[in-house]
Amino acid sequence: MHGNRIRSEYLALFLVWAALVLLFGMLSENFFSLRMFGALANRIPPLTVVAVGMTFVLIIGGIDLSVGSVLGLSGAVLGVALVDWQWPFPFAALLALGTGLFAGWTTGTVSVRLGMPSFIVSLGMLEIARGLAFLTTDSQTKYIGPSVEGLARPLSGLGLSPAFLIALGSVVAGQFLLTRTVFGRYLIAIGTNEAATRLAGIATLRPKIIVFALMGVLTGLGAIFHVSRLGSSDPNAGLGLELSAIAAVVIGGTSLMGGRGSVVNTFFGVLIIATLESGLAQAGASEPVKRVVTGVVIVAAVMIDAWRSRWRGGFLALFRRHFRMGKFNP
Amino acid sequence: MEAVAPIPHLQARRIGKAYAAPVLVDFDFDLAPGEVHALVGSNGAGKSTFAHILAGLVQPDSGTVLLDGRPHAPRTLADAQARGVVLVQQELNLLPTLSVAENLFLDCLPQRFGAVQFAALHAQARVAMQRVGLGWLDVTAPAGALGVGQRQMVEIARALTRQCSVLILDEPTAALTEPEIARLFENIRQLQTGGVGVIYVSHRMDDIRRIADRVTVVRDGRRVTTRAAGTATVDQLVGEMVGHALPPRAARGSVGALGAVALEVSDLVAGDRVRGASFSVQEGEILGLAGLIGSGRTETLRAIFGADPVTGGGVRLRDSGQTRPLQRFPSPAAAVAQGLGLVPEDRTHDGLLLPLSIRVNATLATVPAQAGRLGWLERSRELVAAEQACNRLAVRRDSVEQAVSALSGGNQQKVVIARWLARDCSVLLFDEPTRGIDVSAKETIYAILRALVAEGRALVVVSSDLAELMTLCDRIAVMSAGRIAAEFTPDAWSEEAITRAAFSGYLYDSTDAR
Repeated sequence: MHGNRIRSEYLALFLVWAALVLLFGMLSENFFSLRMFGALANRIPPLTVVAVGMTFVLIIGGIDLSVGSVLGLSGAVLGVALVDWQWPFPFAALLALGTGLFAGWTTGTVSVRLGMPSFIVSLGMLEIARGLAFLTTDSQTKYIGPSVEGLARPLSGLGLSPAFLIALGSVVAGQFLLTRTVFGRYLIAIGTNEAATRLAGIATLRPKIIVFALMGVLTGLGAIFHVSRLGSSDPNAGLGLELSAIAAVVIGGTSLMGGRGSVVNTFFGVLIIATLESGLAQAGASEPVKRVVTGVVIVAAVMIDAWRSRWRGGFLALFRRHFRMGKFNP
Repeated sequence: MEAVAPIPHLQARRIGKAYAAPVLVDFDFDLAPGEVHALVGSNGAGKSTFAHILAGLVQPDSGTVLLDGRPHAPRTLADAQARGVVLVQQELNLLPTLSVAENLFLDCLPQRFGAVQFAALHAQARVAMQRVGLGWLDVTAPAGALGVGQRQMVEIARALTRQCSVLILDEPTAALTEPEIARLFENIRQLQTGGVGVIYVSHRMDDIRRIADRVTVVRDGRRVTTRAAGTATVDQLVGEMVGHALPPRAARGSVGALGAVALEVSDLVAGDRVRGASFSVQEGEILGLAGLIGSGRTETLRAIFGADPVTGGGVRLRDSGQTRPLQRFPSPAAAVAQGLGLVPEDRTHDGLLLPLSIRVNATLATVPAQAGRLGWLERSRELVAAEQACNRLAVRRDSVEQAVSALSGGNQQKVVIARWLARDCSVLLFDEPTRGIDVSAKETIYAILRALVAEGRALVVVSSDLAELMTLCDRIAVMSAGRIAAEFTPDAWSEEAITRAAFSGYLYDSTDAR
């Protein structure tokens, strides 16, 4: 019975996406082309992996606003390592992942160990990481060239890039981790009721820190994908990415109050956002119009989420959670 | 009882309400001015739904309510309050970050030019709290810092400040101690002389005998009987509630064979409530912890369990035949690893993952044990474990995949206990295990506790219901002002002696004497 409900949610989101594709297909002639889908598939890997991480963060009732900057920082580190230090790609990539890991772990440790809202801590990290990105690259864009572009280049015969396949793999692995492992069960329990989970004898702090660290690693991965798609590393990369990621997760029905969510649905959220974006562009919508429409879609999704979880206090509880500074002994 | 109720003040006729299943069926109810009319019944009988209908929280499907001869069909709490119908709910609804005073007068803060007049507000609040006997309480403190009992008194104080003609109390005494109950009843009697009708929903037969004029038994949404409270015996009422006669309550009788000391608590100090508590409990023994609200019983259990930081003393545990050295648990996880389990006072906040299934809740403490290698969850094993635990505790359910939020309070409590059975804990701590649970579910819980000690486990039970402790326990320790003031064995205990011990710590200025 449980499975059926989840499958019906998959179906609903898939239908929304299909409707969007159909709509844009009718609005513009070239939308319905393989090339178009290929372009879509090659654009979304960075957002996909970041949104996977964000799903976990929201499920434990947290939020990470720093992912855009951390992506910028990891990409900057990658560029410097490849261009200035002439590191081989695998080592440079590991360094980028490590940079993301360290940033996420720091956000998680500070917010979890000191009991500070992750909203505030990650807001601080947003500034710190962006500043560091500029410092690392001396505010320069590093041109790297074809040595990194292999990840983003569609494989012959498949039409999909390795980056897309890896991102898809992270969705599957993420969903598995969430629904089929002890760790995932603990995350859902913590997000549902942390006090009760703790009193059931489960250590709650460490899993939460791990989630932020995982968020960081996935952001680092997103940075690698981003750099490889552009063939260059730009310290401005990832501006506003945190909002797209949160929007994708929320459109996928993950609760902002924690405890409920699905990585697969997040992927549909990513597809919907990306399709909306490129579809509107194809249909000739101006940048401002694109933003208005995207905004409406996000708010509509959150409204549905609030309506579905009204019994838990709805959207207001989110504000209470994130702006509650003085905490009573939990 | 026409003599008691000459003119109905409130008259409900043929009230019907159904959700998935009918909750109220052709329900009739009268309330005379100045009358205390008790509503009793098992959980899910429909008492709370009826109270919610009168208070505007729920709209009935059919039937009519007349208040002073005029139709009463409120659509919101405010509607009902405007007509003088005030509800004090069983669940605690205070806003934890606001002060006691702000909670008391949230909808009518004294203000001038839009600015709250705090001096006036606090003065009003002090008067209101004095009325319920808590004049010493700091009304500027956040409500979230209060214990459950005090929060309940704040709710009652809030209702008493309203102009009301019908006061509905839903399980008002579940979290209260005897002196607080006495004070509440005094207030109710005052209201009665002023012509206020009181609808008193409760499981506590003692309360009903003491305060109610009439009592109506509800079963499965229907009225079974209404009669003068004085003429009903407890056995009769309970029989009518459950629909069949209950077997006489089995007393625990002679103390069985006790084993070694399973848990020794030594000079435990934690926060400002626990100030050097020492006691021990043996294998196969139920130790009761009695005491006033605020005496530190809940905090003691939490400190033992590692839920709150311990600043002095510690615990010695017996684990696989060996007594471990004195220690303090840094977290509940550490305590659970050594065979402790806690069934907390507040099920919904501290015990359950409400939207999740019985299966997930009942297996929460044993997730790794039921998982396969590498931490993959094995759903089939979880199902078996959950089914077994639920069968053993007779959890009434459609399926173990049902959300626990859909269960009654008693069955929810069983699910929390089930979690620890699956872990085979050697020492279990119960904090108010029967709070807000109906009579028949209570008996089931008692039977479960007795079965647990029969297996050689050691249990510590905190309860504000002395009668409950006296039927259940082998020994009762009485806490007062953060310490154990006295211990009683069954041959020596009496309600009077225990109550006296509970007050003993407060006779002198105990806040400074440390």
